[in-house]
Amino acid sequence: MGRFIARRLMQLVPTLFGLSILLFIWPRQLPGGPETALLGDRGTPEQLVLIRQSLGLDEPLIVQYGKFLERLARFDLGTSISTRRPVLTEFADRFPATVELTVTAMIIAIGLGIPLGYLAARHRGSILDQLSVGWSLLGVCVPIFFLGYVLKAVGAENLGWFPSTGRQDPTIDATHVTGFYVLDGLLTQEWDASLDALWHLVLPGLTLASIPLAAIVRITRASVIEVLGTEHVRTAEAKGLTDAVLRRRHVLRNAMLPVSTTIGLMTGTLLSGAVLTETVFAFAGIGAFLAQAISELDYPVLMGFILFIALIYVLVNLVVDVSYGLIDPRIRVR
Amino acid sequence: MSLLQVEDLSVHFPITRGALLNRTVGHVRAVDGVSFSIPRHGAYGLVGESGCGKSTLGRAIMRLNTPTSGTVTYDGTDLTALHGRRLRGMRRHVQMVFQDPMSSLDPRQNVETILLEGLHTHNIGSGTAARRALVADVLDAVGLPRNSLSRYPHEFSGGQRQRIGIARALIVEPDLIVADEPVSALDVSIQAQILNLLADLQASRGLTYLIIAHDLAVVRHVSRTVGVMYLGSLVEEADSDDLYATPLHPYTRALVSAVPVPDPDVEDRRERIILRGDLPSAAAPPSGCRFHTRCPWVRDTRCKDERPLLRTISTGATNHRVACHWAEEIAAAPAPASV
Repeated sequence: MGRFIARRLMQLVPTLFGLSILLFIWPRQLPGGPETALLGDRGTPEQLVLIRQSLGLDEPLIVQYGKFLERLARFDLGTSISTRRPVLTEFADRFPATVELTVTAMIIAIGLGIPLGYLAARHRGSILDQLSVGWSLLGVCVPIFFLGYVLKAVGAENLGWFPSTGRQDPTIDATHVTGFYVLDGLLTQEWDASLDALWHLVLPGLTLASIPLAAIVRITRASVIEVLGTEHVRTAEAKGLTDAVLRRRHVLRNAMLPVSTTIGLMTGTLLSGAVLTETVFAFAGIGAFLAQAISELDYPVLMGFILFIALIYVLVNLVVDVSYGLIDPRIRVR
Repeated sequence: MSLLQVEDLSVHFPITRGALLNRTVGHVRAVDGVSFSIPRHGAYGLVGESGCGKSTLGRAIMRLNTPTSGTVTYDGTDLTALHGRRLRGMRRHVQMVFQDPMSSLDPRQNVETILLEGLHTHNIGSGTAARRALVADVLDAVGLPRNSLSRYPHEFSGGQRQRIGIARALIVEPDLIVADEPVSALDVSIQAQILNLLADLQASRGLTYLIIAHDLAVVRHVSRTVGVMYLGSLVEEADSDDLYATPLHPYTRALVSAVPVPDPDVEDRRERIILRGDLPSAAAPPSGCRFHTRCPWVRDTRCKDERPLLRTISTGATNHRVACHWAEEIAAAPAPASV
């Protein structure tokens, strides 16, 4: 298993190398180059030359690339054009919110999706099956911002059970250590702060969970149906196992392979795609910041974001690969 | 007294149609009124072509399918009446060896886990040491090396995998083993090894076998009594030597005539009966004798409207049961010239 993980880590090197080249080239082929993006349209030729020198753009490409890699190695992602603050600081302020939201959404999606998909498969054709498949289809069809508004209208405005916006009630004087508000409350033992943050996560979490939930229900259902039809489940039944053991040991674990892939891919998508949900619930995550960066072509922020997302995908895929090996010994050997 | 007694067993699968509400529009009569018995330490072979219901019959005996009607009596207990805990308890005594040793073993479990699972389930052996001894014992019995324990099914060859499948069945010390096509997924040279292993195990452990196969040679090698199935029913049953020497049912005669003889002179001269057409649908079986649509000896009377029952015909030594109205006449007649 250790060798398997080591080999997978080695395979990351070419991936990251390719990514670094793409990131290096991208701002340099923008119309007018990065200097225009920085100065806008009104820069004089003298200013352009100056800024080219200060950015090192007059040096040979290979030298520029070397310096670029060096900065990456120091986690220096540059300074945001619009806020004039280091990109890394901007991310550190906002990323925990998005991660918190994504984790909540994935917990909801996995916690509901796998049991629902399993039950639908066990009772194929039943009302439960038809409802869960129909519902998951609806989850994919309804645009996420619309679902967000509906949940907000019902859960926050009509029923008044949940807060409609934000991450935490501003009247709670919470200490923030890590930026993960739920975790902060636990660390500082400010239980009310933790609970309030959790409460704020319910509606946006449900909204963001809709698509992964639908995907997980469907994949689990299909996968469980497939495993239920295999011979080794019949063997297990002939052994005289109880239903519970049969289900857990032979059906679910064998059915988890495609489900874990979906979970991995979905987690990556959510981290980069929580923009709409964050906007609807005025949730101060990376989403709104990113939307602004795109409209202003704030390329250091965008580069940092691309790098972040790529790293997340790469890591998530590594986790998925390793979990494959745990789930299915046939993959581990290769 | 017989260890396993199957009485008038039927397994019908409903055919359902409809977009919203499922309604049953018919039944596939996979197994349709089969009766036979196996004495303790006996070996019963069940042959028939694909789709004749022999596997369904095996699974119904194991209660992996639910029988529609009829009884399966094992050692005085009606298995069709068992549920839940008592059914699971019965599985210690009746085990199954499956056709494809690759797909019938959980790819996620190594050999040790596969074998221990049976012991844990039925609470056999007290303590880890005793269980390890049982596992080692069964590995020796099926001829697998001791170092197989930490390996997974995909790391073995086909023949070895089937040995794992047999070890898995043996470990709970059953009395009856239902082997559904135990060698048909294996190479011919490996088939012989596995069949010999099955024969040895029967002798050393006093097992009772129900061997299901489509290959007459396989069944002949390991069974004392052979039953021939066609479209869900038994058409003939006899002592294995007797059956191959004097097949009475037209279908059996056709099957036996299809086995090649390793002597070119005999091979050129011997009788060959070629059946035309396909196996009829088990959802709409032919009236009267199920075989009349393909029988070379079909007669105008009785065959098409009266279903023949298994009846005993004396051919000398033992019980020879056949379901054909004209068995005696056909046995005496040569094969029809043009079929």
